Amino acid sequence: MTSSASALASVLAVESDPGGGFVSPTIAEFYPPALAEFSIFGIDFTITRITVISWIATAAILAFLVLASRRMTVVPRKSQFLLEGSYSLVRDNIGRDVIGPKYKQFVPFLGALFFFIIANNAMSIVPFFQISPMSKFAYPLVLAILVYILYNAVSIKNKGLGGYLKEVAVPSGVPIPFLVLVTPIELLQVFVIRPFTLAVRLFANMFAGHMLLVVFSLGTVYLLGKIGENFSFVFAPFSFLMALFMTFFEVLVIVLQAYVFTVLTATYLNGAVEKAH
Amino acid sequence: MDLIAAESVNPLLPPVGEIIVGLITFAILAFVVVKFVFPMIEKTFQERRNAIEGGIERAEAAQAEAKAALEQYRAQLAEARTEAAQIRDAARAEGQQILEELRTQAQEESARIVARGEEQLAASRQQVVNELRGQIGSMAVTLAGRVVGESLEDEARRRGTVDRFLDELDAMSTSTPSTGTAGGSTVYVPEGDR
Repeated sequence: MTSSASALASVLAVESDPGGGFVSPTIAEFYPPALAEFSIFGIDFTITRITVISWIATAAILAFLVLASRRMTVVPRKSQFLLEGSYSLVRDNIGRDVIGPKYKQFVPFLGALFFFIIANNAMSIVPFFQISPMSKFAYPLVLAILVYILYNAVSIKNKGLGGYLKEVAVPSGVPIPFLVLVTPIELLQVFVIRPFTLAVRLFANMFAGHMLLVVFSLGTVYLLGKIGENFSFVFAPFSFLMALFMTFFEVLVIVLQAYVFTVLTATYLNGAVEKAH
Repeated sequence: MDLIAAESVNPLLPPVGEIIVGLITFAILAFVVVKFVFPMIEKTFQERRNAIEGGIERAEAAQAEAKAALEQYRAQLAEARTEAAQIRDAARAEGQQILEELRTQAQEESARIVARGEEQLAASRQQVVNELRGQIGSMAVTLAGRVVGESLEDEARRRGTVDRFLDELDAMSTSTPSTGTAGGSTVYVPEGDR
């Protein structure tokens, strides 16, 4: 390996094989060394590079939101326009169109979700960070648990516990014999699978995206180090192009997953506020 | 080191500490945006809506006002036109009346003038006839006295002669059958003069 390549490799947190062969990135990517470790009430806290990245992402999006919402005018400036556009996307296209007439009360939560996810997702392609906190299952899980609590609470509030359980377990229009099949599936779906898939979808997308980027980036570095041997000069540019292509693809995933997570939350809330049908 | 331990870690089982850190991070963001950022955006949306609605309202008011003014002008114009037509009709009628009156007056006047002229004419003719009758009588008597002399001294004869003469005169005159009958009385005028 060249010195610059090895420097880049260390940034990307990869171990080089003592034998000189290519070492593919492992799940260790997502468990960087701890920067600080402490314990409160018997719970161990480990502050790693990824934790810090999530703070930076959150602070950055907060800074943008607060600055852009300062001194807002009727005729928007550039930053205000961007802010209003993304807020309107959540408010009108997700909140109003999906939830329906009772959408207003949920817009703040949906907005916080959307901005938090998109900012943390975006860290997967920001230079020198290059990993999204959302590829740590804890972060999507937190959000999914909050959504889970919210849509169940709203459902119980609107329909009563009995009414809610009945609506889920005995969907209208299903012939009685089929309930043997449908009822367990529906209960499992609403109370277990739904929050789990919500969290896993976001986590897995960011996890896989990061792995792909790392594989092609490290592959490029490794092949450049081996230039002159085999056919590295053919494959190194190819690996680089793939890394580039996957970066653009990652941009799509960043936005799309934030959008999908928010839309699904809105869909569950719609089910919670609507009368059984 | 962590890396060795990480190989055996299940990524779907995150440590509780990490979940709590994630929760706190999200809670801070949610608090700030819900408390400060989103209300500002909603306020701006409301202001913009008000501005637009206010503009539309003002425009509608102005339009209504202009329409009302136009209606008023049209009404006034129609009124003025009606009034002018009325005045014209009245003037025409009045002129007609005046003309009629004048014509009647003139006809009356002319009739009166004609009547008076005829009266005067008749009167002066009568006068002339009377005068002529007297003069002609005395002239004829004088002339006849001179011509005949003493034969006319006899009263009775003289009267008969004169009367015959006058009758002849009357017969000669084309226009005097009526004066002929009155001839007897006219004889006394020259008789009284004598």
